[in-house]
Amino acid sequence: MKRYLPLLALLAVVIFVQLLTGWTETGFYLTQLTMSAYYSLVIIGLCLLMGYAGQISLGHAGFFAIGGYTSAILTTHNLTPMKDQALVVLLAKVGCLVASKDEYGAELLVAQPWVACLLAVTAATLVALVLGGPVLKLKGHYLAMATLGFGTIIYRLVLATWLCGEADGISSVPPFQLLPGLTVSGGFGERISNYYIAWGLVVLFMVLLINLVHSRAGRALRAIHGAEDAANAMGVNTARFKLTIFVLSAAVAALAGVFLTHYNGGIGPSEAGIMKSVRYVAIVAVGGMASIWGALIMGTLLNFLSMRGVFGTYDDAVFGAILIIIMLFAPEGLLRLQLWPRLKELKKSWGGEK
Amino acid sequence: MTPILEVQNLNRRFGGLQAVSEVSFAVAVGQIKAVIGPNGAGKTTLFNLISGTIPADSGQVIFNGQEIQGKQPWQIATAGMARTYQNIKLFPGMTALENVMVGRHCRTTAGFAAGMLNLPWTWKEEREIREKSLELLELLEIGDLAQVEATSLAFGQQRAVEFARALAAEPSLLLLDEPAAGLNMHETGEVARLISKIRDRGVTVLLVEHDMSLVMDISDEIVVLCFGQKIAEDVPTAIQHNPEVIRIYLGDGDV
Amino acid sequence: MTPELFVQYIFAGLTYGIIYAIVAIGFNIIYNTTGIINFAQGEFVMLGGMLAVSLSKLFPLPLAIVLAVLITMAVGALIEMVFIRWLDRPSVLRMIIITIGISILSREAALHIWGESVRSLPYFVGNEVSAVAILGARVSPQVLWVMGVCTVMVVALSLFFRHTLTGQKMQACSANRRAATLCGINARNMVTLSFMLSAGIGALAGCVMSPITYTSYDVGPDLAIKGFTVAIMGGLGNSMAAVAAGLLLGLIEAFSISVLPLAFKDAIAIGILLLILFVRPHGLFGKKEAAGLKEF
Repeated sequence: MKRYLPLLALLAVVIFVQLLTGWTETGFYLTQLTMSAYYSLVIIGLCLLMGYAGQISLGHAGFFAIGGYTSAILTTHNLTPMKDQALVVLLAKVGCLVASKDEYGAELLVAQPWVACLLAVTAATLVALVLGGPVLKLKGHYLAMATLGFGTIIYRLVLATWLCGEADGISSVPPFQLLPGLTVSGGFGERISNYYIAWGLVVLFMVLLINLVHSRAGRALRAIHGAEDAANAMGVNTARFKLTIFVLSAAVAALAGVFLTHYNGGIGPSEAGIMKSVRYVAIVAVGGMASIWGALIMGTLLNFLSMRGVFGTYDDAVFGAILIIIMLFAPEGLLRLQLWPRLKELKKSWGGEK
Repeated sequence: MTPILEVQNLNRRFGGLQAVSEVSFAVAVGQIKAVIGPNGAGKTTLFNLISGTIPADSGQVIFNGQEIQGKQPWQIATAGMARTYQNIKLFPGMTALENVMVGRHCRTTAGFAAGMLNLPWTWKEEREIREKSLELLELLEIGDLAQVEATSLAFGQQRAVEFARALAAEPSLLLLDEPAAGLNMHETGEVARLISKIRDRGVTVLLVEHDMSLVMDISDEIVVLCFGQKIAEDVPTAIQHNPEVIRIYLGDGDV
Repeated sequence: MTPELFVQYIFAGLTYGIIYAIVAIGFNIIYNTTGIINFAQGEFVMLGGMLAVSLSKLFPLPLAIVLAVLITMAVGALIEMVFIRWLDRPSVLRMIIITIGISILSREAALHIWGESVRSLPYFVGNEVSAVAILGARVSPQVLWVMGVCTVMVVALSLFFRHTLTGQKMQACSANRRAATLCGINARNMVTLSFMLSAGIGALAGCVMSPITYTSYDVGPDLAIKGFTVAIMGGLGNSMAAVAAGLLLGLIEAFSISVLPLAFKDAIAIGILLLILFVRPHGLFGKKEAAGLKEF
């Protein structure tokens, strides 16, 4: 089928890049490429919500943080002091907990990463469900402010909660063994396998989301974006469709948060910050709003450059400038740049001044 | 004759304005019924109340024997009532064909999970949606424009796409809000022909219209609204000679 | 709670409250003429405070403040002319993103000019420890400055909108832009003016509050969220109600400190914001019908 051809190309590029870094002995690039992949996951999820369903979210870093922090807390919080309690015993029996020794030889009893991951994504899903109901009734500025408010609350809570490590965040998050021999971790020897885990996840979600775009549900989402009341009058349960895509994109963000936290071995409050949410929105905008490929390409490129430190101390400023320039001159995204009509618009409005 | 739609004592107030006041009428199966009235008579408000876009303050709307007042527009659409808009509301960024395909939404079932996994059973449904939609575009003689972005089409063509989209929902009742607005004489004639064609397919039609010639030609019955109130309901020839209606349309003479 | 402490809290609440109200009025002025929510509103306050601190090293304090306000107004006008003026009926989403971008750029510019350190203007009268006794509580004279200046601003603005020709022209643009244009009002210039006005009042508020609350490059977003909360509480576009709502929020925050950890103070405002958006998006004092007309 035609729609899967670009995906094969993506797969080829992923493999080619890995081989290239192998030949040129620049394997250190893989670390940033892996992290970019996880951020891109958040961005393609947000692209579906913003570009296709037309609902802005300035709080997606909040969902990423809910995923990352839940998983980090569960896999680091030592339950040894409570190991005689009935619930802990039960959890340990059914295999939800793992016992080990920390570097000083003390007993460590924490949640199994798979369990933690499941709970983390579930938590984000539930928050999105509860929040989405009332929030998605709002439009325009109200929706933007409400999601911004949600993001800020998560950020404040993370900063103020002892369990989340306050300003220091959580460190020494253990690796996440997906399958025997396949582990999400930042270990040197696992750099290549982790590159493939991350990009495998991206390809998987690209397949799912591209399918969605081309389906009946995807069409309904685009209709909601274009004319919500008309979509409703054509039989689209607009409230439910908006909520579903909101929850879906929140869950994807949380999943990315879980994986990146295990990969980095920790998470800090900046991951929950408003600048992160704005950055996600900026990248979706640069990619062309309703272009899932644009979002992926720009997400990978800009995150990679940013993490390589190319923008230096102007990192946030670069993203701010990108936002403005794109929205002023190419609101349809860079890939659909229409410079000439924009300039004419500019000339006309200045020339028309009295 | 069994009524497909019964409107009973419908009321709606906007601030100090009683936009629709105690309006009652019925539409029989297979009829073409028109609602006319001067500007600001409450015609579009009445349509919005019937299709569920805005809630009524009081009164009932019974569709196919079912009370629908207070239901969401999508529920009403699924129950078999489709509508068009006076100021055409197509989905921008989608082709004419895709616009019509959205119309099939309430007659199809594939959800998020099925769509994401591209399950084989949805392929058949997608094919059926596409074929039916193309068929409707052909019926409206714009089949060759299927792949053009809908909002870039000419006005008359956009109206045709909107018709096709409404028909794609397989409605038993079609609400048309000023289908001839902004069209020239020739195009209005085309629309009249089209509406009759739709009725011949077994769809009951309720339309709001300004253009008297269109209404008189094709309607079986006419409801006249003025300042939110129903002042007459009759067959076209009787409406033409109703002194009250003539007074409203031509003025009192002593103003 | 002792009566002295009670009065202390009241004054703290009113001081912050009136600042929030000024930010909210800034939102309203721009919203009324353009239908845009300017997400960079908080940066005007930051800019006013920062400029005044730098200028006060060169000029006497009153002159420094006047210059800071004038420069911020010029920046406001510049922002409107460069980023907003020539857009032909931009979508709400586009405007949201553009003003967020402006807010980020202003903040980053401030970071590179002034660094991360926290600054403040000297107290207008006396110093940190000087105090006036009111109802048994010791209140800093700067608190009275803040309340006085902000009250004067609110009164002056309402006189401006009601009794001057320019003010009425702006009102006309907000009521019906097209009709106003047909009557010969240059709506575009009115929009520029609204940006200048709202930048100016923000900057002045930023100056008077600076000695008590301090100023740093990143105070903008928090102020913007609170100002927006207040604007929403009062009903978007309704400036008199915003004053009442601002004082209310200030008081709620001040008293919340006595029951909740300090870290949750900001979360309260956002909680209120979400609650009001969900329950009464037309505001505590607004009418539902009026809000319906201002839908996007």
